[in-house]
Amino acid sequence: MLSRLFRDFQGDIVAIPGRLIALIFFVLLFLFPAFTQQPYILRMLIFTNMFVIFAVSWDFISGYTGQMNFGHALFFGVAAYVTAMLNRGAPLGPHWPIWATIPIGALAAVVAGVIMCLPALRLRGPYLALVTLAFPLILTGIIFANTQFTGGELGISGIDRISDSRVADYYISVVVMLVSVFIMWKLTDAQSGLVRTGIIMHAIREDEIAARASGINTIRYKLFAFAVGGFFAGVAGGMYAHFLRIAGPSTLDLTLSFQAIIWTVFGGIVSIYGAVVGVYILYPLTESLRVISEYRMLIFAVIVILILLFMPEGIAVWIRDKIERQCPRCKLTNVSWRHTCRACSADLY
Amino acid sequence: MIEGIIVQTLVRGSVYALLALGFALIFGVARVLQLSHTAFYMLAAYGIFYFADTQFLGLNPVLSIVLSIVITTGIGLAVYKLFIDRVREHHVTVMLITLAVAMAFSEIMLIIFSGQYRSAPAFLPGYWEILGVKVAFQNILIFLGAGIVLVIVWLLLEKTRLGIAIRATAQDTEIANLMGINVSTILFTVMGIAAALAAIAGVLVAPTLILSPSMLWPPFVMVMAIITLGGLGSVKGSVIGAFILALVEVLVVYLLPTGAFLKGAFALLVMVIVLIFRPEGLFGIVFEEERL
Repeated sequence: MLSRLFRDFQGDIVAIPGRLIALIFFVLLFLFPAFTQQPYILRMLIFTNMFVIFAVSWDFISGYTGQMNFGHALFFGVAAYVTAMLNRGAPLGPHWPIWATIPIGALAAVVAGVIMCLPALRLRGPYLALVTLAFPLILTGIIFANTQFTGGELGISGIDRISDSRVADYYISVVVMLVSVFIMWKLTDAQSGLVRTGIIMHAIREDEIAARASGINTIRYKLFAFAVGGFFAGVAGGMYAHFLRIAGPSTLDLTLSFQAIIWTVFGGIVSIYGAVVGVYILYPLTESLRVISEYRMLIFAVIVILILLFMPEGIAVWIRDKIERQCPRCKLTNVSWRHTCRACSADLY
Repeated sequence: MIEGIIVQTLVRGSVYALLALGFALIFGVARVLQLSHTAFYMLAAYGIFYFADTQFLGLNPVLSIVLSIVITTGIGLAVYKLFIDRVREHHVTVMLITLAVAMAFSEIMLIIFSGQYRSAPAFLPGYWEILGVKVAFQNILIFLGAGIVLVIVWLLLEKTRLGIAIRATAQDTEIANLMGINVSTILFTVMGIAAALAAIAGVLVAPTLILSPSMLWPPFVMVMAIITLGGLGSVKGSVIGAFILALVEVLVVYLLPTGAFLKGAFALLVMVIVLIFRPEGLFGIVFEEERL
């Protein structure tokens, strides 16, 4: 039993550089507080973890089913506001504890996702992109118009912390991030024998008419994608509100929606790990550029332009293609510096 | 009040029409969403401020209008050649690159002019009283200028060989190419026309607005709503959609107490409702291969 586990570990993880890098990354993530406990760095990494969930959920909806969602901040903002309103309690009902507010906030985001999906079922391409763009902006207008409930520009403040210490916050964010990313990765796995959603979502993106002609209820799967993606974006939004202890209109901002897209495309669209890599590179980078805050967004924009012009596939996919090569005969992944396949010893060139 | 609503609708509608028309032309011909469109509007407005304001160069108004339009058009063409042309086939990449370009321009303006609110000098101070409403000369100038430009563009599209080539490319790029139309030249020309239209809009409204580097986002959202409402790529639809949404915006501002916050929300709501019942917009054409 143990020796079989060890063999699988050697064959399926150590032999494939992409997976080895991922494993090292997970271990480092858990060990990180042992190296430094500087509150500023931990705070930055907590935000990074939340935005990883957010970007991966965008990849889940738009990357996999091809439904270009330009208003992903809707889920984030709805969950942040619902969480904050429930937790603050005072004018509207009782005070809810944190373990209840985040799931309810995420469910509110699912409802938002299904509502947003209604036009999405009839529209496609640029029309869909523009309609989804509209939803968070409409909600922002409503929030500014009803200041007695929503606090308007200032938002809802004075809600509970996630936990009492920064390190505990960090571990909670890491675990939630890993669990969410793992669930979404499994749901989109096209080779999975357990769930069919991965391959169906690929089919919907590639050719929706053909998918429908093959007897797939595409509407049901699009709704599913919006609901699941909305749920995880909502989890990120609820945690964001509790960590920052404020939910303001910036959670519905146009720039937040676009950042999810930019992070994902930067890392590599239609690959869950691409979004993780994108956020882990770009978010700490833009945060550390705060020192020269005047040029921060300019540098960000220039990096995005350069990456899109020269690595249109995304940086993670670009690196993966450099270090991994698929065997032409048995389709097994090999390190690119091998000359022959590790299983069937076919020539790799 | 009704007179005020009519005047405001006409003024705002004509500005939106100029912006949406350029956007629709690009989408019609190249089938890409060029999201840095309103950045050119902002650049031209800042151009007027820089050239005409006595704090900086203090040139005479006509010269500064011409300079801002020409320079902005040049920047638009450079953006097209450097960024859009290479990735034209990948629609999402074009959206993201043009968005990043818009952000970059907004940040560059923030660095050059700082974030403080500025205003450009009016070309024609003073006002007329029409039906008891005070209408600033600048507003009349906006309406007339936009009207003249729209008629010129319409004549260009309908009556000239270039216009026929543009419409042919919009209908079917491959066939147009086979008929001997140089598609990449047409795309370049259309990009120039669109940037010039955005620049004209920016120049016309600059004196009536408060200039800030983030001034490109409110019209950005409105233009998106207008062209979706009118039908992507439809020239007629974009002009009519501009006036419809301008009317909605002005009505909300006049009639609701918190209207200033809700004007964008209502305009977008109109767009969503229209799209639910007519997914291709009011005047959109559905291509067979794009149909769901």
